[in-house]
Amino acid sequence: MGQAIVVTSGKGGVGKTTTTANLGTALAMAGSKVVLMDADIGLRNLDVVMGLENRIVYDLVDVVEGYCRLKQALIKDKRFESLYLLPAAQTKDKTAVSPDQMKALVEELAKEFDFVIIDSPAGIEQGFKNAIAGAEKAVIVTTPEVSAVRDADRIIGLLEAAQMAPPMLIINRIRPKMVKQGDMMDISDMIDILAIDLLGVVPDDESIVVSTNRGEPAVLSPSSKAGEAYRNIARRLQGEDVPLMSLDSDDGFFSKLKRIMGLGAK
Amino acid sequence: MINRVFGRDSGSSKDIAKERLRLVLVHDRANVSPQFLEMLKNELIRVISEYMEIDDAAMDVNLTSAENSVALVASIPVRRMKRSVSARQ
Ligand SMILES: Nc1ncnc2c1ncn2[C@@H]1O[C@H](COP(=O)(O)OP(=O)(O)OP(=O)(O)O)[C@@H](O)[C@H]1O
Ligand SMILES: [Mg+2]
Repeated sequence: MGQAIVVTSGKGGVGKTTTTANLGTALAMAGSKVVLMDADIGLRNLDVVMGLENRIVYDLVDVVEGYCRLKQALIKDKRFESLYLLPAAQTKDKTAVSPDQMKALVEELAKEFDFVIIDSPAGIEQGFKNAIAGAEKAVIVTTPEVSAVRDADRIIGLLEAAQMAPPMLIINRIRPKMVKQGDMMDISDMIDILAIDLLGVVPDDESIVVSTNRGEPAVLSPSSKAGEAYRNIARRLQGEDVPLMSLDSDDGFFSKLKRIMGLGAK
Repeated sequence: MINRVFGRDSGSSKDIAKERLRLVLVHDRANVSPQFLEMLKNELIRVISEYMEIDDAAMDVNLTSAENSVALVASIPVRRMKRSVSARQ
């Protein structure tokens, strides 16, 4: 049985879909069998971020309603043999599926795959309930802003009430320069306040915009800092102990030299 | 002034954010579970009743916030003091 992990946040636009696409791709790159499930029914995005939007025939709701078999709706990734996407429906809404149906679907997928990564919609309503229904673990994405961390706290409470295992946190869009200036909350501030385990930190990075434009997750680009952060997180999910990478923004001589020499924290 | 420039004084926006977050979460966490204050109230009644007789129906327990602090404010009408609390010790 594979692991079913939901990527969720409460607040919208903090990077759930970006995280799902990059973690899934990084896990597949590292040899795992992975399926990405877009649970954002009515607002599907994961297909576009993965660059697979032209290959969709059936979707999650078609499977649940019995219009096709699960295998027929799974889209194989362009780059990795062991990576699949189960797209959300674009024209239906969240009430087209129930938590029990989602749970059954995730259980079926977990038989075949090492990782089932579920991209949750924003909010705490039915879409969120659907997304967490079949998951055994949750990854919460936040940005270093009061509103996003506040919503993360609410989600942690809801997951607790749903009796899920304690979730893990990804802090996305950190800007090391601003943290250094004292104008952005730092990692320990957020971990302390939320009392949660840290899974990783992803820098705010232009390469995410470029990779999203292209439909190629940033983990595919060796020079992307955010990609490197996501590759590290994927390794942690696979059970490896990987230290946090240094996010010092100064691309000064020393940090460059260290990186070239393989001495940089990775 | 120099501290200001380097963003190390208490007015740096990171500290403001942290403080606002801390305060908002005190309220959120108390309000998320409606049982929270109810449970606290019952515990208080249990402990205080060892020392005095109180009117628990008229008791009021609430979180209130001022500018930058949150306080737990309890109004607990006392009916009668017990003569001795030594029985418990
Ligand atoms: N680390 C990052 N650096 C720069 N841009 C980022 C980063 N992470 C996410 N973004 C950008 O932020 C936007 C929102 O990201 P994304 O769609 O992944 O969020 P979401 O949480 O899935 O949103 P929604 O709640 O609408 O589903 C996108 O434009 C994305 O490219
Ligand atoms: Mg999304």
